Amino acid sequence: MGNGVDILKVFLNHSGRKLHTMKSKVIFAVFVLLAILHQDIWNWDKAYLVFGFMPIGLFYHAMYSIVAAIFWALVIKFAWPTKLEEWAEGND
Amino acid sequence: MATVYVIAIYLGLLLALALFSKTLFRGTSKDYFVASHSIGPFMLLMSVFGTTMTAFALVGSTGKAFERGIGTYGLMASSSGLIHAACFFLIGIKLWAIGKRYGYVTQIQFFRARFESNKFGYLLFPILVLLVIPYLLIGIIGAGKTIAGVTGEKITPKGTIPGLFPEWTENGAIPPWFTGLVISAVVLTYIFAGGSRAAAWANTFQTIVFMVMGMLAFYLISDRLGGLNAAIEQAKDTHKVRTLSHEGEVGTSPLTFLSYMFIPLSVGMFPHLFQHWLTAKSAKSFKLTVIAHPICIAIVWVPCVLIGVWATGLFPAGIPSGAILAKTVGVLVKDPIIVGLVTAGILAAIMSSLDSQFLCLGTMFTNDVVLHNTKKEYTDKQILFMARGFIVAIVILTYIAALVLYKKSVFDLAIWCFSGFAALTPLVLAALYWKRATKIGAYACVIAVFISWITFFTMSGFGGEYFVLGGIVPAAIMWLIGAAAMIIGSLASQPPSEETIAKYF
Repeated sequence: MGNGVDILKVFLNHSGRKLHTMKSKVIFAVFVLLAILHQDIWNWDKAYLVFGFMPIGLFYHAMYSIVAAIFWALVIKFAWPTKLEEWAEGND
Repeated sequence: MATVYVIAIYLGLLLALALFSKTLFRGTSKDYFVASHSIGPFMLLMSVFGTTMTAFALVGSTGKAFERGIGTYGLMASSSGLIHAACFFLIGIKLWAIGKRYGYVTQIQFFRARFESNKFGYLLFPILVLLVIPYLLIGIIGAGKTIAGVTGEKITPKGTIPGLFPEWTENGAIPPWFTGLVISAVVLTYIFAGGSRAAAWANTFQTIVFMVMGMLAFYLISDRLGGLNAAIEQAKDTHKVRTLSHEGEVGTSPLTFLSYMFIPLSVGMFPHLFQHWLTAKSAKSFKLTVIAHPICIAIVWVPCVLIGVWATGLFPAGIPSGAILAKTVGVLVKDPIIVGLVTAGILAAIMSSLDSQFLCLGTMFTNDVVLHNTKKEYTDKQILFMARGFIVAIVILTYIAALVLYKKSVFDLAIWCFSGFAALTPLVLAALYWKRATKIGAYACVIAVFISWITFFTMSGFGGEYFVLGGIVPAAIMWLIGAAAMIIGSLASQPPSEETIAKYF
């Protein structure tokens, strides 16, 4: 887990924002949780059709895509590297 | 014939758009290579998404779902929603910032400077080109299979529908050599006209076209099958779950499913995506791409996977998977104009990737090989001529290879391309986030990945589906080898200079 948190810390610290370790840990922990939830072995053999047409194994992963988008929206809201653009323009 | 006319009109529209984008072209090599860093959020999303979705997304996903069932979506689409966005956020934005600050237009320029080695570029360049070629191949092969599927003879329960050109080929289909030639010529024309700016405009247009046409195909096919419920009812039960069949030909093993998570990492090292990232006007342009990318993937992949699963009730197992989408549309949606529109959508997905790949190869050759370390002064016109010349050479090579490898699975070929790039991501992650990463580590990483890729690719029979250790995809093993080589090589050598560390950290 250390390496993933370190990458986030370097990324965010580079931007000038003093993101404390806890925020990096939370983002990384949710990322790992989502990676685990991707392995939905509990749906493997289920043939149940959601709304009568969508196999549950497919429906789950379609919803997963939406959850992933929400996760990244929250990451951007709370951990955007605000100073990176200024650095890129040479205004640091 | 109306189908062919619709496709021809679409290609004509694309060329008209290219001529329009040419009026915006500023004539400089910087504008040609990275659109003078002027692309806003929506066009960045459309061009990045259009580039990552190719024949693999429409033709490959439908064919793979026809073969293996609903697990196809989880294998590549939902994992990509998480991993692609992570790569855009952690790698894309930072590389954009570094590229903007130091004026890089290719990955190799960054790696040369970061690892303090000019020769490293000469090692990496041929490997990146070699890995991009399968990606180009799937575009040309996918286009050939789609057009052949739409125009060729179709056997249905009610009888045989003859092909459109019986005097040309045995089954009346447009031959793949002709489709490949036309597609390559159209893409070359518009990227020659306006470079990365033309590619961004064309990608935006084509991404909208293939998303709309994909949904249209989904609606019409489900309607012809009697609605969504009836469509899934007539599909094979084995394809509605992920259970692995006794023969292992249908379904997915949990180990394979897990190890597939490594493959979407490939976007972190795609040279053509690096070039698209650099076209961004600002870091803020990335926000929409990071958030909307997983949803755009779902919009394209869910219908395609469902169509592939439905097709199991229509066609016998064993028919070429690459032609499933075209055959399903051709058999069920008989209106030739609609068939033409949907086919244009598939070609749009293919061409929106080919253009970026052609462009990036020319950019890399010019900047990383010809102009690198040269004392000779070249004009912008000469630079563009060299870039275009190299692109034409690669297109000819790829075109010939596509004809030879025409029967290969589009999905499997794509996976080999993605696997190679995914295995190289320890290189870019270390370069960006590990101060201790050194030149020796970088060499070790690239050489180890290359040797392992060639080994696994050969063992697969040059592009077939292949697993190791009971179901693990080679990408996972190669990634671990690459990461280990990077760490060991770096720790065993002298740290980078203080100047380099200060420049990038």
